[in-house]
Amino acid sequence: MSEEKYFKTLKDLPKEELFVQGHRACSGCGEAIAVRHIMKAIGPNCIVISPTGCLEVVSSPYPYTSWAVPWYHVAFENAASVASGVEAALKVLMRKGVLEKKKIHVVAIAGDGGTVDIGFQALSGALERGHGFAYICLDNEAYMNTGIQRSGATPYGAWTTTSAVGKAIRGKVQWKKNMPAIVASHGIPYVATACPAYPVDLVNKVKRAVEIEGPAYVHVLTPCVPGWRIPSNISIKVARLAVQTGIFPLYEIKDGKLTLTVKVPKRKHVKEYLKLQGRFAHLTDEEIEKIQERVDRESESLGLGPRA
Amino acid sequence: MAKRIALECSHAISLAVKLANVDVIAAYPITPQTHIVERLSEYVADGELDAEYINVESEHSAMSACIGASAVGARCFTATAGQGLALMHEMLFIAAGNRLPIVMAVANRCLSPNLSIWGDQSDMMASKDCGWIQMYGENAQEVFDLTLQAFRIAEDERVLLPVAVNFDGFYVTHVIESLTVLEQEEVNRFLPPRRKAKYTLHPDNPTTWGPIGLPDIQTELKYQLEKAIQNSKKVIKEVWREYGEISGRYYDVFEPYRLEDAEVAILMMGGHCGTARIAVDRLREKGLKVGLIKLRLFRPFPFEELVEATKHLKALAVVDKAFSPGGFGGPIFSEVRSAFYDLDVKPRIVGFIAGLGGRDIRVDEFMGLAEKVLRGEKIEKNYVFLQVRE
Amino acid sequence: MSQKNEFKLNPKPSWKELPIASIIPQPSTSRFYLTGDWRSFRPVIDKDKCVGCGLCWSYCPDAAIKWFEDGSVEVDLNYCKGCGVCAEECPAKAITMVEEVEE
Repeated sequence: MSEEKYFKTLKDLPKEELFVQGHRACSGCGEAIAVRHIMKAIGPNCIVISPTGCLEVVSSPYPYTSWAVPWYHVAFENAASVASGVEAALKVLMRKGVLEKKKIHVVAIAGDGGTVDIGFQALSGALERGHGFAYICLDNEAYMNTGIQRSGATPYGAWTTTSAVGKAIRGKVQWKKNMPAIVASHGIPYVATACPAYPVDLVNKVKRAVEIEGPAYVHVLTPCVPGWRIPSNISIKVARLAVQTGIFPLYEIKDGKLTLTVKVPKRKHVKEYLKLQGRFAHLTDEEIEKIQERVDRESESLGLGPRA
Repeated sequence: MAKRIALECSHAISLAVKLANVDVIAAYPITPQTHIVERLSEYVADGELDAEYINVESEHSAMSACIGASAVGARCFTATAGQGLALMHEMLFIAAGNRLPIVMAVANRCLSPNLSIWGDQSDMMASKDCGWIQMYGENAQEVFDLTLQAFRIAEDERVLLPVAVNFDGFYVTHVIESLTVLEQEEVNRFLPPRRKAKYTLHPDNPTTWGPIGLPDIQTELKYQLEKAIQNSKKVIKEVWREYGEISGRYYDVFEPYRLEDAEVAILMMGGHCGTARIAVDRLREKGLKVGLIKLRLFRPFPFEELVEATKHLKALAVVDKAFSPGGFGGPIFSEVRSAFYDLDVKPRIVGFIAGLGGRDIRVDEFMGLAEKVLRGEKIEKNYVFLQVRE
Repeated sequence: MSQKNEFKLNPKPSWKELPIASIIPQPSTSRFYLTGDWRSFRPVIDKDKCVGCGLCWSYCPDAAIKWFEDGSVEVDLNYCKGCGVCAEECPAKAITMVEEVEE
């Protein structure tokens, strides 16, 4: 059963930018592409909380803000608890008649370090309490703002500056933390994955996340030009391949029911995704096959279809 | 009409918070603070207080939630102690730096290790430089009054800083005492039901909060905070005067006891001042000219007032329930020594570190330390740990 | 929402001039910070080949491409950092990246 769509094509997206020009993200930044769309989906009636990270740094050097909406950076590990306070305050101040009663979307937009690692506890607490807010994780799969260090979201085998490739150890030896599944196990009403290569899918999910009652979570894969060791022009191409290889499946979980939103009838081999990125350049065929086997297994359990 | 009731000191704070008509409470349990938020939970559950009660998953999130709510314009309260305060350490600086008028009660507790639920003042002293206004209360009446005043001071447009109301774990928190409380109408006259704020997070006027602090603005930002907290002393005194007119209870930066003709004074903060007063009385009975200064305001520190009130003394015996390992005695001792540095003629200032981890400071111990100072006994480095078994 | 066209915030304010807590009181002020000089390649659009799909507008990290009602697009070189995503993703191959040369 497909849900009603808020946006059918790109033409339905507002032209107005709420994450505006003049931000200092790297040339070709996948995160910036995602945030532009995320803000178009949310609209101006919101309060955005961002933890420390690339997004905070590139969008807020005084006096140049890239935000057309109210925006608050507090610290690295607590976007979800700050959002809890914002939501609670809006609720009580509207109830007491201090603020006019209207829906103001409370949205945390965070990186993977601020979500799956240091901000994990605050997020879990806020989800359990059931605050009416949307949490959007921009996953570039490492601590990019500090210079490409491994996070819990860094994939198996990837080189980072703290998962070096040497004779004894070859990149990250652990698998990526499955954050959407962990979030979904809180039993919240809406969880989704998205990526900027599929902008219409992304904006519909973000819109659903902010419209739904209660907490919602969207996990967005956002390629990083310097961190993934890719040329600046292929961030979208790489994001698309992450989906087409089954490495990053696009789905949503509404009231516990998972639906694939982008079907991949002929899954490509993971090497098509891996070979474009310098962070995987050291991988042997054997290591690539190990990744392929795991992706096959996960794709099968999601019903993503066989490899081409 | 003023109403006299009996309350546990923790519950006196809860009552003040209810009368302050707070909007958001962030609650996380930690001994010896928990009674405050338990009573607030009852108020909210009974519909006596219309507030959002957020059961946060840590003290770090308690302060974070207050920061978020306060930025929207809500009146916020939380309470903590010891390890909880240490866990929110990072957020304390942000609450102050972002100029959010949050009020917090701190049931002062010893910091680990070893895990100790008992009182001393090492928790707040480890966070003394966080930019908060810091006050210390001794009894139910005082903590009730200080809590109400804290909201008014914090939200004053000339201040806009968070306020911590400190009171000693167990020695004060769990004691039932009688106190006179204000009626709701009196509180409403003293504390406007709504706070005003120039900027709040709201889509009608989009503002960017917490921009990255490039070196071009960071010095000016920090200096703003320094000016704000230094200037807050004037407002604090003004609020205390006004509160005195309403309640008949007048407060000041410290409270002297038998000081006028004293040669030596004990100086300290918090609940042990009650014991120290008895020691002073007994010493007076022996004909020794000893007085007490109960320090109430630690930040901003009342340097000038203190010097003015004590420069006639032969000696000051400063009792700290905290110390700075590898530093120069206790934190109050350090401040008091600095206050007098530029004076040509000044009292001898001696530091005593006592009452750590909930160890009681007895009347005879207070008498002993005062007599030691009166006799002019030499104390190496001018400060000493009391109560240590050799 | 008001998008003020003037920008009066001093990047190096005195402590009195700096808004409380360094709150930036005006939205979208980074529009006054031009990032075009980061660029070493510029996108050139062949209007004859352009099919007006808007993908370049959508995929631009810097919101440097305007997409008009008639489907036509235009690059705002004040902000374009020259990443080349637009050229890579253009389904009609209507965008070419041309090296910037010192004038």
